[in-house]
Amino acid sequence: MDFSIIADSFGLYIQGLKTTLQLVFISLAIGLSMAVPLAVFRTSKNRLISGPVRAYVYFFRGTPLLVQMFIIYYGLGQFEIVRTSFLWVFLKEAYVCALLAFTLNTAAYTTEIIRGGIAGTPIGEIEAAKSVGMSRGLMFRRIILPGAFRRALPAYSNEVIFMLHGSSLASVITIIDITGAARIVNSRYYSPYEAFLTAAVFYMAITFTLVWLFKKLEHRWYAHLRPQEHSAAAAA
Amino acid sequence: MQGKMKKLVLIFIVVLLAFAGNALAKEWKVVRVGVEGAYPPFSWVTPDGKLEGFDIDIAKALVKAMGAKIELVPQDWDGIIPALLAKKYDAIIASMSITEERKKKVAFTKKYYQTPAKFIARKGLIKKFSREALKGKTIGVQRATIHDRYLTDNYGKDVTIKRYGTQDEAYLDLTAGRCDMLLADSVALKEGFLKKPEGKDFEFVGPNLTDKKWFGEGAGIAIRKEDKDLVQKFNAAIDKIRADGTYKKIQDKYFDFDVYGD
Repeated sequence: MDFSIIADSFGLYIQGLKTTLQLVFISLAIGLSMAVPLAVFRTSKNRLISGPVRAYVYFFRGTPLLVQMFIIYYGLGQFEIVRTSFLWVFLKEAYVCALLAFTLNTAAYTTEIIRGGIAGTPIGEIEAAKSVGMSRGLMFRRIILPGAFRRALPAYSNEVIFMLHGSSLASVITIIDITGAARIVNSRYYSPYEAFLTAAVFYMAITFTLVWLFKKLEHRWYAHLRPQEHSAAAAA
Repeated sequence: MQGKMKKLVLIFIVVLLAFAGNALAKEWKVVRVGVEGAYPPFSWVTPDGKLEGFDIDIAKALVKAMGAKIELVPQDWDGIIPALLAKKYDAIIASMSITEERKKKVAFTKKYYQTPAKFIARKGLIKKFSREALKGKTIGVQRATIHDRYLTDNYGKDVTIKRYGTQDEAYLDLTAGRCDMLLADSVALKEGFLKKPEGKDFEFVGPNLTDKKWFGEGAGIAIRKEDKDLVQKFNAAIDKIRADGTYKKIQDKYFDFDVYGD
């Protein structure tokens, strides 16, 4: 174990950390905001609405993230028509390609997670909402979605961690994220042990922070499920 | 009694030494060679999955000259030295330049070829080669190569460096316009790219780069430091195929000039 290697390249890891966090959080944010309407469409009884969403989810869950990234990065760049269009300004950048692949991927998984949450809504809640004359929109907003989010939270926390770990693939298309930094360090010193162990520590630190944040969130969202605590004052 | 005991101990020691000796001097009936497979014309994988190229033919000829059997092990470039140290194979024949940096980790044979490094760019992009002209350009390079090091050390502040796992990926991005230029071995660039239809819009720019500090003493065969006998065997094999015409035959199959250098 040669700590001087890690010390010498610490700046590179910090740069990588920034890139990783940016990539993961931007794609998660966009992915989640896409997933909510998609999940609602997915549960629609109208095949014309649920069909396309089903196909989209099927494709992105059915293929590996690496393959999706290669299709977007190397695949699209192969076509003259793409290279001469305005899209190329964005697709030229490896960063945008990675972001696009990550966003579409996490949106597909999150759609399924939220759909599961929606499907698990107790029928009684819907009947109650109907009986007080709620419109479909109001019912989704007040009854179905809040319940669905609560039920989806543990599964979604997994998705966030998978996304963080999946983001290490960005290093394959020249992006210097945490793994990219580790690869440069490895190639400079021929010391895979130091290089990748440092990367592992970084990922672990982010993962533990995420787990802690979700625990806090669960504590809040599941407050109604906790046994009631009576304060001493109330008892007296 | 005393004498007998002594004799027994002696025999025991002799037997032990014999075994130890056996374990130390490996016979090298089979030599496992690590190769890359994404670096034409030195090594590539054919559509039906076979390894071909100058490195591959040289590897086969050398091991044959040693009177041993060869086992080719394809390995990604950035893990090629660690995998040698982890004993996944016994030698690397993958156009690896002999540099001081690498000598800290592995032993090298004498060179088996030597060609200069060079930049390529889209035709007309660099009219006159200079540091000024390169400023702000995006230059692609294969990660963990001498070219990567040279570029990082000399132009790291002036240009954006994009690092690729293989040379083939760098070619894809150059033609797609994601890189302005590439730096690599001149022969690999010429035979593996410029001569192909994809490379028709590109040209060499700047001088031949041969600075020993970065580009070393040519491409050699990397071997674990403890396997000194294998280094000897490979050196002898290089001499042998140079002398008996095998080297020239392989060279002429791929190039119309002398790749051995002087």
